[in-house]
Amino acid sequence: MKTEEHSPEMKIDLLRQMLRIRRFEEKAAELYSAAKIRGFLHLYIGQEAIAAGAMRALTAEDAVVSTYREHGHALARGVAAAAIMAEMYGKAEGCCHGRGGSMHLFDVSKRFYGGNAIVAGGLPLALGLALADKLAGRARVTACFFGDGAVAEGEFHETMNLAVLWKLPLLLLCENNLYAMGTAIARALSETDLCKKAESYRMPAERIDGMDALAVAVASADATAAVRAGEGPRFLELTTYRFRPHSMFDPDLYRDKAEIAEWKKRDPLPRHIGRLKEEGLLDAAKIDAIERAVADELAQAVAFADAGTLEPVESLTRDVYARTP
Amino acid sequence: MTKLNYREALRDGLRDALVREPRAFLMGLDVGRYGGTYAVSRGLLEELGPERVRDTPLSESAFVGAGIGAAIGGLLPIVEIMTVNFSLLALDQIMNNAATLRHMTGGQLAVPLVIRMTTGAGRQLAAQHSHSLEGWYAHIPGLRILAPATVEDARGMLWTALMDPDPVLIFEHAALFGLEAELEGAVTPVDIDHAKIRRAGKHVSLVTYGGTLHKTLAAAETLAKDGIDAEVIDLRSLRPLDTETIIASVKKTRRAVIIDEGWRSGSLSAEISARVMEQAFYDLDAPVERVCTAEVPIPYAKQLEEAALPQPETIVQAARKTVGTHV
Ligand SMILES: Cc1ncc(C[n+]2csc(CCOP(=O)(O)OP(=O)(O)O)c2C)c(N)n1
Ligand SMILES: [Mg+2]
Repeated sequence: MKTEEHSPEMKIDLLRQMLRIRRFEEKAAELYSAAKIRGFLHLYIGQEAIAAGAMRALTAEDAVVSTYREHGHALARGVAAAAIMAEMYGKAEGCCHGRGGSMHLFDVSKRFYGGNAIVAGGLPLALGLALADKLAGRARVTACFFGDGAVAEGEFHETMNLAVLWKLPLLLLCENNLYAMGTAIARALSETDLCKKAESYRMPAERIDGMDALAVAVASADATAAVRAGEGPRFLELTTYRFRPHSMFDPDLYRDKAEIAEWKKRDPLPRHIGRLKEEGLLDAAKIDAIERAVADELAQAVAFADAGTLEPVESLTRDVYARTP
Repeated sequence: MTKLNYREALRDGLRDALVREPRAFLMGLDVGRYGGTYAVSRGLLEELGPERVRDTPLSESAFVGAGIGAAIGGLLPIVEIMTVNFSLLALDQIMNNAATLRHMTGGQLAVPLVIRMTTGAGRQLAAQHSHSLEGWYAHIPGLRILAPATVEDARGMLWTALMDPDPVLIFEHAALFGLEAELEGAVTPVDIDHAKIRRAGKHVSLVTYGGTLHKTLAAAETLAKDGIDAEVIDLRSLRPLDTETIIASVKKTRRAVIIDEGWRSGSLSAEISARVMEQAFYDLDAPVERVCTAEVPIPYAKQLEEAALPQPETIVQAARKTVGTHV
C-alpha cells in the first residue's frame, strides 16, 4: 500500500465509515422493533471494519457484489443512506422502489450489484462481471463479499476454479464470522482454513484480522492492485464476528455468551479509535464532530424514508420485462 | 383433546416418526443445534442425538442427494430444506435422481425419501424467499407432492409419506406456522391419497390447497352472507391429483374457481382447469375462474405483496363472477 494511503485523513475516514455503518444498523434494529422495517433484517454490527477497509481499495469504476447482510457494504460504497433506508421501509423512493427491501439493495449507478439472498448466489454473478470486464479489455475489478457459510456450496468452488482458470479480475472477500446461522464453521467444514481452499485452486490467499480496519484496508489495497494489474483473482479471508443474532428472528441459542463477550472486546470501533488517539490524530472533540455528522446524515435518511411514498399497486408488474409482452 | 399449532404439530409428527422408526433420520440446515429455521425440530437433537437429527452445511445439492442415496441404501431419510427457494440448488438431485431412479432402473430401485420444505409468501421476504414452486414439482412424474393446510394434516402426513415407497415432497406454508386447532392426543397417520371437502356447498366449488385454504374459507363465509353457498376443496395431494373429488364437486355445483398461490401461466391451476374442461365440460354453467399470484417476482413492500397474492376479496369476486346474477 502506498504511504499516502496511510495518511491521517485515510485513518479518520475509516473511522467515519465504520461509525456510519454502526449507527445505521443500530437505528435499523430500532426501526424494525417499531415495525417500520419488515421482512428479514440482518445486521452488520461487529463486521464494520471489513466494508470500511475493503471498499477504499475500489474506484468508482469497479463493481461490488454482496449478500443479504449488505447495508454496510452499500453505505461504504456510497449508496445514499436515504435511498437505503427508504428501501428498507419499502418506499417508492428506495433504491429498488420498495421491491427488494433490506436483503436486496442494488444501485447500478454505484456499480453495487446487491443484495443476493441465496447463499453463494452472488459468486457466479461476480465471476461474470469480471469476465465482462476482461473481454471488454477494461482494467476494472469486481469485489465479491460473502460469508463462511457460502464456502460449503458448490457455487463457491465452481467460481474459485473458473476465476483462476480464466484469470479474471476478481477479488473474493470472505467474511468469516465463524457461523452460518446456527452452524459453527467447525461443524460445517472439514477444512476450516479457508486460505488452503483458495490455494488448492491456485488462487493467492491471505488471512486478515477483520476486526482491524487498517489491516483490512492495507490488505485490500494490495490485493486489488494485483488484480487490477492483470495477475488474476485474489482471495482474502477476513476473520470477524457478528455481535448480533443472525437475523431479528434468531434467538441466538447456539453461541456461548462468554464467546460473544470475548469477541466484543475486539470491537473494531474502540480499537481503531484507541489507535488514532494514541497517534494523536483524534480527541474527544473530533470524535464528537464525526458522530454529529453521522447522526445528521442518519436523521435525514430516516426523515426521507418516513416522508417517502408508497408505490401504487397499479405498478405491481412493472419491471418484470423491459417491454410488457 | 389438546390445543396445538401447525409448528408443534409438525414437530409431534417428526418426533413420532423418528421414535417409531429406527431407519428414519432427519437431516438439513440448522435442524439440530439451532432447532430448525422455523423452530419445527426444536428439542429433537437433545432428545434423539446427532445421528438421528443431523445438521448439514450449506450444501443443498449434496445433502438432498445424500438423502436419495441413503434411501437407496435402506434408510428412511427425512430431509428438510429451509425453503422451496433454496430447493432449486438441489433440483437436479430431486428431478434427475429421486424422480427417475425407480423407472430408469426398470424397477430395481426405490427411493423412500421424504423432503420437507416451507413455501409461500406473506411475510415481506421479497423475491428470493417467497415463491410457491410446489406446482413445478407437481409437474414431475415419480414424485408425490403434499401440502398440509391444517394442523391435523401437518401432524399426520409425515408418517404416511414416510411409509410410502416413493419420494414424497411435503410443502409447509410459511404463513401457517401459528395456525391452531384442537386435536386428539396421539399422532394419527392421515390418508394422503384424497382431497378433502372442508366446507360443503351447492353453488360453486372453490378448489385450493395449502396457504390459500384459509383465505378461501374466509371468502366462503363472505359469499354465504350473499346467499352463495360455496364448497371448499382442499387438494392436500398436488400429485397425484384427486380428480374424482374435484369432478364430483363441480358436477354438483356446476361452477369452479381454482385458487393457487403459484403463478397462473403453466400452473397447477391450469392443470386442474383443463381436467374440469375434459371431464365436466357439459356440466358447467360458467367458465372456470382462477385466482393466482400476479406474474411478478414477489415484491417486498407490503401493499405490493398483498396485491400480488390471492386474497379473500379476489376469491369472492371470482366466485361471484361464476355465479352471475342467478344462483
Ligand atoms: C442456498 C441457501 N440456503 C440457505 C439459506 C438460508 N440462510 C440464509 S443466511 C444463512 C447463513 C449464511 O451464513 P454465512 O454465509 O456465513 O453468512 P453470515 O450470515 O454469517 O453473514 C443461511 C443458512 C439461503 N439464504 N440460501
Ligand atoms: Mg458467517
